[in-house]
Amino acid sequence: MIEPVKKQRVGLFDLRYVLALLFVVYGVVLTVMGIAFTSQAGLDKAAGVNINLWGGIVMLVVGILFGLWARLRPIVVTTAEPADDATGAGES
Amino acid sequence: MNVLADANLRLDAGPVDYVLLGFYFVLVLGIGALARRSVSSSLDFFLSGRSMPAWVTGLAFISANLGAVEIFGMTANGAQYGVPTVHYYWIGAIPAMVFLGLVMMPFYYGSKVRSVPEFLLRRFGRFAHLVNSLSFALAQVLIAGVNLFALATVINLLLGWPTWVAIIVAAAVVLAYTTLGGLSAAIYNEVMQFFVIVAMLLPLTIVGLYKVGGWNGLVAKLTAANADASAELHSWPGSNLTGIANPVLSVIGLVFGLGFVLSFGYWTTNFAEVQRALSAKSMSAARRTPLIGAYPKTLIVLLIFIPGMIAAVISPELAKFKASGGTLDNGVTYNNTIELLIRDLLPNGMLGVAITGLVAAFMAGMAASVSSFNTVFTYDLWQTYVVKNKPDDYYLRTGRLITIVGCVIAIGTAFIAGQFNNIMDYLQTLFGFFNAPLFATFLLGMFWKRMTPMAGGIGLIVGTASAVTVDILNRTGVFELSGQGGAFVAASAAFIMDIVISVIVTLVTAPKPDSELVGLVWSLTPRDSLKHSDTGENAGWYRKPVVLGVGVLVLAAVLNVIFW
Repeated sequence: MIEPVKKQRVGLFDLRYVLALLFVVYGVVLTVMGIAFTSQAGLDKAAGVNINLWGGIVMLVVGILFGLWARLRPIVVTTAEPADDATGAGES
Repeated sequence: MNVLADANLRLDAGPVDYVLLGFYFVLVLGIGALARRSVSSSLDFFLSGRSMPAWVTGLAFISANLGAVEIFGMTANGAQYGVPTVHYYWIGAIPAMVFLGLVMMPFYYGSKVRSVPEFLLRRFGRFAHLVNSLSFALAQVLIAGVNLFALATVINLLLGWPTWVAIIVAAAVVLAYTTLGGLSAAIYNEVMQFFVIVAMLLPLTIVGLYKVGGWNGLVAKLTAANADASAELHSWPGSNLTGIANPVLSVIGLVFGLGFVLSFGYWTTNFAEVQRALSAKSMSAARRTPLIGAYPKTLIVLLIFIPGMIAAVISPELAKFKASGGTLDNGVTYNNTIELLIRDLLPNGMLGVAITGLVAAFMAGMAASVSSFNTVFTYDLWQTYVVKNKPDDYYLRTGRLITIVGCVIAIGTAFIAGQFNNIMDYLQTLFGFFNAPLFATFLLGMFWKRMTPMAGGIGLIVGTASAVTVDILNRTGVFELSGQGGAFVAASAAFIMDIVISVIVTLVTAPKPDSELVGLVWSLTPRDSLKHSDTGENAGWYRKPVVLGVGVLVLAAVLNVIFW
């Protein structure tokens, strides 16, 4: 990140969007599994808890929260600071 | 290893489980490919260009340790010893992480060293540096091998592949993203791994507790099954964990051996951990790294030892194994705890998430070892002693190449790791050999300016040798400590011998001049250079390291009282 060539983002890409993607996909798959495709044997295994449904809903919420966080607090580009600040020299 | 070929442990994975696992791999490799664009210098590759925000490095900090050690070893401890497992966290990790963030990080980050061995080079010169670089590099490939072995057993369970095929495939995936994206890819993946691991442990804990009838149901079942259940239900004095019958000595063993020596040694000097903090974007973020990590670390143990205890009562195989005192040869050991739980509790769908979580855990552990090994090898061994003064991109290429070499060696060590009943014993032994004397040397070196370069090197060697001696005496039966007390005693011996020898050698050898120790020793470092900025994105009382540190200590103390 010391190279001044790229100007778009500080600290490579935004990990929060990757986490949002992961949990939204997992959440949707598990919720659908929980609603329609969890066998009685599967329910019995988990002591009657529909863990797919509950787990899926929680993951969906977590995924959406990560997306919102990234959306509302985007990474700020700090072009004003000197280049060598990236090495920690800017701390005083 | 033939234990794991046993068909009764095979998980009943369906197509949807493979889809979830596959999607995770796509993201892992995608992160590696995306991170590659940001690697244009060796500092980018080895330290993420020092650009990471604190919440990312904080989660990566604990995730780097959340590999074979935690998931297999600690659930095994939970099944075998019960509540005393928490000492690895609340007495062990937490105080050490707070100490790292508050006391040691200003020296590490402030001196702008690129690795822990490099700090030794500046403080003590070449002798201590070479001793530590070599022992660290060796330890990391061994530990990478342990993680790789555990990862391979999971794939072996899941797909039924021969272990050696699984080991090579698993190594190839980790290798792909660590050579492409360097530490950035490793750290970003570690953060994702952390969340996936929680997504595995949380449902297991909830469903498990549901099944045994809550905490009270667990206590009742455990009491019915074990004669010594009370030792498993109380954190202190933890005699079953230490193997020290006398309660006072057991507490001393835990607080001094595990808490002070082993854990401080591991968390404050292990470069695989410290590297995550060194990649933070500012002094403030670096100090907050272990402190932010300490909060989830404090809580995640609840998702580890409780499932372990549950497994020991609801899994018939494990219950029988435990009732036999760990001698029954029925195809399972404590190391299978987490697999048995996943098999018995989770339906298809959540099963896929759990398998992904396990795979993620081992990749996190291995990637942490590999990405710290390549840094120490390249900067501390190759650049310092072998090929000096080349342009930066030469060392970037070296780093990528040595990552491959490291993975190949780890494949070899994976087979060594297969020989031990409880992987934790093996790892604890390793940490005792390498980290405990190192912590002693750092502590003396940072606060006693007189300590000489010669003392640094000899102290490390004698300390490590002491740990090895105690370990051999214990293994050959000269004295006998069951449980994990042997490792605590070995680490304590290493620490004490290191201090004694360092002091003696210092008194008869010449110290470094004060001018060379500025920024490395407490009394010679201007207070201002240890401070961090508290304006802008580092402002706010909740970002103050002291507030964060005290907060997590209070949290750990409260939990300790609850599980007394």
